[in-house]
Amino acid sequence: MSLHNRPELKSEYGNYIGGKFVAAADGHTFDVVTPIDGSVITKVPRSNAKDVNAAIDAAHAAFATWKNSSVTERSNMLLKIADIVEENHHYLAAVETLDNGKSIRETIHADIALVIDHFRYFAGVIRAEEGTVSELDATTVSVNIKEPIGVVAQIIPWNFPLLMAAWKIAPALAAGNCVIVKPAEQTPAGICVFMELVGHLIPDGVLNIVHGFGPEAGKPLAQSSRVHKVAFTGETTTGRLIMQYASENLNPVTMELGGKSPNVFFKSVMDADDEFLNKAIEGAVMFALNQGEVCTCPSRILVHEDIYEPFMAKVIERTNAIKMGNPFDEGTMMGAQASEDQYNKILNYIDIGKEEGAEVLCGGASADLGGDLGTGYYIQPTILKGHNKMRVFQEEIFGPVTAVTTFKTVEEALEIANDTLYGLGAGVWTRDAHEAYQVPRAIEAGRVWVNCYHAYPAHAPFGGYKQSGFGRETHLMMLNHYRQNKNMLVSYDKNALGFF
Amino acid sequence: MNRVDFTPAAKELMDELKTFHGPIMFHQSGGCCDGSSPMCFALDDFKVGEVDVFLGTVDGAPFYMSSSQYEYWKHTHLTLDVTPGRGSSFSIEIPTGKRFLIKSRLLTHDEIENLPEAPRGKQH
Repeated sequence: MSLHNRPELKSEYGNYIGGKFVAAADGHTFDVVTPIDGSVITKVPRSNAKDVNAAIDAAHAAFATWKNSSVTERSNMLLKIADIVEENHHYLAAVETLDNGKSIRETIHADIALVIDHFRYFAGVIRAEEGTVSELDATTVSVNIKEPIGVVAQIIPWNFPLLMAAWKIAPALAAGNCVIVKPAEQTPAGICVFMELVGHLIPDGVLNIVHGFGPEAGKPLAQSSRVHKVAFTGETTTGRLIMQYASENLNPVTMELGGKSPNVFFKSVMDADDEFLNKAIEGAVMFALNQGEVCTCPSRILVHEDIYEPFMAKVIERTNAIKMGNPFDEGTMMGAQASEDQYNKILNYIDIGKEEGAEVLCGGASADLGGDLGTGYYIQPTILKGHNKMRVFQEEIFGPVTAVTTFKTVEEALEIANDTLYGLGAGVWTRDAHEAYQVPRAIEAGRVWVNCYHAYPAHAPFGGYKQSGFGRETHLMMLNHYRQNKNMLVSYDKNALGFF
Repeated sequence: MNRVDFTPAAKELMDELKTFHGPIMFHQSGGCCDGSSPMCFALDDFKVGEVDVFLGTVDGAPFYMSSSQYEYWKHTHLTLDVTPGRGSSFSIEIPTGKRFLIKSRLLTHDEIENLPEAPRGKQH
């Protein structure tokens, strides 16, 4: 397997405001650390309200003309962005690996591949969209035209830094908005390199990036009465806080707040030792994808009790075969957790799981990879066995940890699957056609994968039920979260109503 | 006996934050990314609702959690601690390069018997 080079970054990047890289108004920066070995890889601005306001000014100035840009112009711009990302596919993947710590095979085949696809998808769908016209009576016509909502604030998480940015930026630009992005402070490097590559394709002020810490830069952005919509991916307390700010401005918001996704394996999965069983085992081990730092991490495995022993034996065997190591090696399956605080949080959860009586089926500790990686944040893929009331079954650990329990009937499986505060993702694995339809319909989650898991193609809407939030990304549905509807009600009658 | 205690390191960080922000408060988060971490705000910057329960105070700072989450946490004792690292979110300690985190242990049967029910709604 090939070893990719660690990419060279500039010693410092600026915010991207009004089409230029600029330093923070107060000149402050902060170090960006790679979780691969804990070393400093670059610096970015430590922005505050002054920088946020400069970005909002730039966005408003640009919106005056950008709001009238043609669909063709916007679509072509998104296609060109996709082309440049594609030309730099492996370079951006390496930057993303350096920034976040995940393995290069995932940044190549998932993160960056999907970034390209999402820009092309939104470039495509807006060319095929049409408004509506209704003739309400012989002389009255109702015309619906979609208009951009204006200046949009987007707060991006650190688990898929560029992909989550693309999920938000592509539909917002496609809809004709101007955007201010606040990247996560753990992973700001990827979008700096992205803007270096594609900035010239975008009119000045249409897409602005402001780096910094949540309370200093994110808060004034989310609070501003001069933004017209806020999109957020993160956790529930900050989600509530952003909604409180939005309520003061009467602004719409969309929220993606995570989950505790059940991955349900019915008895028929073990009916044959074939390709499908092999796929189902991989489906259970998907909890280790992206080191478990996925909002839809299948962090609860529900297995029919009749197949528990043979099925889990295979799942454990496959989990123990996960190769950890240098994230730049294409043979590495699992890299580093994104930051030291996450690393400590995950280890605390493993401890509380043990204390609550969960049995450690595999893993259960940090991983010391030695050498240069000895200072990085690595955790062994871990499977805990217990019951659904345990905290490790109820809280998003955001690490390579899954918790397994058994069920006897379909009804019991549904009861456990839905006994959670969240409803973002779920998996259902069965060879039974009835179960394959009825169980997903009964699970309270916005995305139910049936006989697959962790696929995120553009064109399939993604979003949560319950405390997982609202809004549907990765689909043209998202366009309407970034738009207003203008209704023109036109009379073709020359005569007065006769009231006055 | 408190539902939430704090370590000396947490006290030190709280003292540092209070000099900049005045009185502070905590709300335990759930969900994605930095979920499952305690969030620290200037007092009343986060609006506590009837949906929240009051777990007690940590060095004078009120500590809340949503009642739905509390249902799954109420059998555990919490200790507010500090770790190096860069969280995201709007928690006010993030610029310091340190992050509050929660350590948990199971409450004993006797402790559960003797602890009063955590009240709902704003208590500060």
